[in-house]
Amino acid sequence: MSATRNTNVDSPELVPNGPAAAAILSAGIGSFALAFITVLADRSAALKLLLTFSKPVGPLSGVTTIAVVFWIAAWIVLDLLWKRRELPLSRIGWGAIALFVLSLLLTFPPLADLL
Amino acid sequence: MEFTTHSLWTLIHGMGFGALYLLAGSGALIELRHRFYPSGANQDRTQGRFLGWYLAAMAALAWLTVLTGTYLIYPWYRTPPPAGTANLAAYPRAFLLAHPSTSAWHSIGMEWKEHVAWLVPIAITVAAVVAIRHRNQLVCSLSLRVTLQSFVVLSLVAAGIAGFFGAMLDKTAPVGGGASIQIVKGDGK
Repeated sequence: MSATRNTNVDSPELVPNGPAAAAILSAGIGSFALAFITVLADRSAALKLLLTFSKPVGPLSGVTTIAVVFWIAAWIVLDLLWKRRELPLSRIGWGAIALFVLSLLLTFPPLADLL
Repeated sequence: MEFTTHSLWTLIHGMGFGALYLLAGSGALIELRHRFYPSGANQDRTQGRFLGWYLAAMAALAWLTVLTGTYLIYPWYRTPPPAGTANLAAYPRAFLLAHPSTSAWHSIGMEWKEHVAWLVPIAITVAAVVAIRHRNQLVCSLSLRVTLQSFVVLSLVAAGIAGFFGAMLDKTAPVGGGASIQIVKGDGK
C-alpha cells in the first residue's frame, strides 16, 4: 500500500499537467469576467437592470452569478480539452496571475472610470 | 449591553468569516513556505493532504464571507430610505451619499469592496483544488508552486481590500436594525 503511494508520489511526471493548468487559467478567466461585466454594467442602465437577478441585492447579484458561471464553464471546457496534455505551466500561470491582477485593478472604480 | 440581529450578522460576516480568512491566509503562506522550501533537503512529500484541506477550509470561509456579505448584509446596507426621511442613520448607503465628506466611502469603498471580494473565493477554491488534486505535481513543479502561492497571496490582497473597506464602512455608517439582542442588563446608574 505504501509502496504504491510512494510510486505515485515519486513519479508525478507521469500525470499530465493539463488539468492543473485548466484550473489555474479558469481562475484568471473567471476573475476577468467579473471585472469586465462590472465595467460594462457601470456604463449601461439597461444592463444593470438585466443583471438585477435579486432585487434587494441589485446588479451585483447578476454580475457575480454570471462571473461564477463563466469561471466554472471555462474550468470544465479547459479540463476536457487539456486533461491528457502537457502544457507550459509557467506561461499559463503567469497569464492567469496577470488576468487576476488586471481584475483587481479594473474593479477599482477610479481606474474603471478612466476607460 | 445589547446589539441587533443585523449588527450580529455583520459581526459574523466581518470578524468571524472574513477576519478568520485573513488569519488563515497568513498561516497558509507559512505552511506553503515550510512544505515546499524546507531548510533541509528532505521534503515531506507524503503529508501534502493537510495543505489541501487547509486551503479547502479557507475556500469555505471565503464563500461564507461573500455569500453572507452579498445576500444578507448588502441588502440592508443599500435599503433606500422612505421619501422625506430626515434621519438617514438607519440607511447606510443613503447616509454616506448624503454628505460630500463621506460619499467616497460608498462610491469608491463599497463599489470596490463588493466586487473585489468575489475574486477571493475564485482564487482560493482553485488553489485548494490544485493542492488536493495535484499535490504530487506540486512537489516537483516550481511553476505550479509559484502559481499556487501567487493565488493565495492575491486572494489575501483582495480579502485585505474588502476587509479594510468593510471595517471603515461599518465605522462610518454601521448596518443596524433588526431585533434587539440583550446580552447584559445594565444596573441603570
